[in-house]
Amino acid sequence: MIPLSAYVAVSAILFATGLIGVLVRRNFIIVLMSVEIMLNAANINLVAFSHYLESMAGQIVALFVIAIAAGEAAVGLAIIIVVFRGKLSTNVDEMNLLKW
Amino acid sequence: MTLPLTDILAILPELIVVGAACLILVLDPITSAARKEWLAWIGLGALAACVGVTVSQMGVTVMAFSDLVIVDPYAGFWKLLLYVVSGLTILLSLAYLKEEAMHLAEYYGFLLLSLAGMMVMVSAADLLTIYLGTELMSLSLYILAGIKRTEGRSLEASAKYFVLGAFSSGILLYGISLLFGITGSTKLSAIASAIHGRSLDDPLLLLAMILLVVGFGFKIAAVPFHMWTPDVYEGSPTSVTAFMAVASKAASFGAFMRVFLEGLGGLKANWHGLFLIVCIATLVLGNVVAIVQTNIKRMLAYSSIAHAGYALIGVVVAGHATASIEIRSLGLSSVMLYLAIYAFMTLGAFAVVALLRKGGVEGEDIEDYTGLAKRQPVAAFLMLVFMVSLAGIPPTAGFIGKFYLFMGAVRAGLTWLAVVALLLAAVSAYYYLRVVMVMYMREPDASVTGQPRLAASPALAIVLACALAGVVLCGLYPNPLVALTQQAILALK
Repeated sequence: MIPLSAYVAVSAILFATGLIGVLVRRNFIIVLMSVEIMLNAANINLVAFSHYLESMAGQIVALFVIAIAAGEAAVGLAIIIVVFRGKLSTNVDEMNLLKW
Repeated sequence: MTLPLTDILAILPELIVVGAACLILVLDPITSAARKEWLAWIGLGALAACVGVTVSQMGVTVMAFSDLVIVDPYAGFWKLLLYVVSGLTILLSLAYLKEEAMHLAEYYGFLLLSLAGMMVMVSAADLLTIYLGTELMSLSLYILAGIKRTEGRSLEASAKYFVLGAFSSGILLYGISLLFGITGSTKLSAIASAIHGRSLDDPLLLLAMILLVVGFGFKIAAVPFHMWTPDVYEGSPTSVTAFMAVASKAASFGAFMRVFLEGLGGLKANWHGLFLIVCIATLVLGNVVAIVQTNIKRMLAYSSIAHAGYALIGVVVAGHATASIEIRSLGLSSVMLYLAIYAFMTLGAFAVVALLRKGGVEGEDIEDYTGLAKRQPVAAFLMLVFMVSLAGIPPTAGFIGKFYLFMGAVRAGLTWLAVVALLLAAVSAYYYLRVVMVMYMREPDASVTGQPRLAASPALAIVLACALAGVVLCGLYPNPLVALTQQAILALK
């Protein structure tokens, strides 16, 4: 049987990947994908804990998170499309109208 | 499986708001452009109905949907505040959207959906419902921020808000998942009892707590998680900025305090110091950086960061490990009082910004206010009152709010914190009164000929009158509001 720590380790690696991706990558679409990786890292945690604690609550939360992630991706991609129409670019660094 | 009627009744206000939002979104395509405003009145009608339901629910505590939702006086207070703010924002938007020639009824639909998310947040008794409410609020706000599709600044605000908002939600969710693993539940009451018997130095528990602090820190715009605020507040349409600055901050504080005082109350020895640092950093950065701003919306953004810092003083007092329950309750109620007062003065200030918008050019630079007292005495006087109140000068409401916060800090033995906050309030007077100075002491620019066109309308007049009444009445006779906040606080342990 795979120990709980293995799942938590995978989840931590995924979370770190997503976190670094958001902070380092400059392409809006990759940033969006990194955020989705962070959400899925949390999902792995929730499902693994749910299994080992023998409580269904975590799996129910994970189902809600999957639905939310879909909604978030829809809104995010819509924003990317409107921004791209204006700038012909999805580079985060080119969003520089607002600064002090 | 059947749904018990009591559960349905408990979330009746949320159902009314979501129902009205869906109705507006469905009716939008079949309504002619001239009649889009009628859809806004549907939203106002729904809010009026919600006020009635929530007032009738005050005073009782009901748990619904297997303890996912709690309806108690604390939630009722925040909901009433959110209804008032949303109602005023809808009226402000009626005027603003007409001025911007944006005939978009879906705007009101998303506004109400965002409100529904905030209502779920403040009456959540489970981390799952808090997460769902936060996301519903944020996703609607991302869309609202970018609703001016033809303007680059609005789109950029929306994109930046989305990236940082989604990022912070991811961090919050990871914290929730760890907390679930440690305590075996996502219910705040179960988490509280699970934490009760544990050692406070569990590194995993501390990590989960810090992730939650980061997640909520983004939502309430506390330093060092504030960097999205100025850009988003400046770029978004003014009516949306007012809504974000007031309603989303109030709802986030409501959920934030319930999570930390109820769910993680056993860890207050750990988070108290953390909040103290965040509080001071927020106060210093918000007030100091606001001084150099030339755009009024950006200045108000930094001012809203600073005000989050003031409100955090109350959270620090409420989480003080050695103070008595009475003093900690004072801290909690003073946060609620402060955010209610902050709502009126900030909405008023943004309403004046919307009022001064001149055809084509935003009246956003502080320089645009030069000599306003000569050209538009009423608008200048209103701005004077809101700026004085934001600075916390008596007899306005802003003074009352700060007075209760500082009193809580002094009674909890944090006199030095009250002194620091007071000194920074003096700093804040500089940039608030600079606007007043520009309006009253300088002559109007000779090259500007004629009167600036005011975007005045009956709806905007109602908003300004309500905000003015709130600021003046709460300043002169604060007792009813103070009594309401003291009845509505959480039971601290």
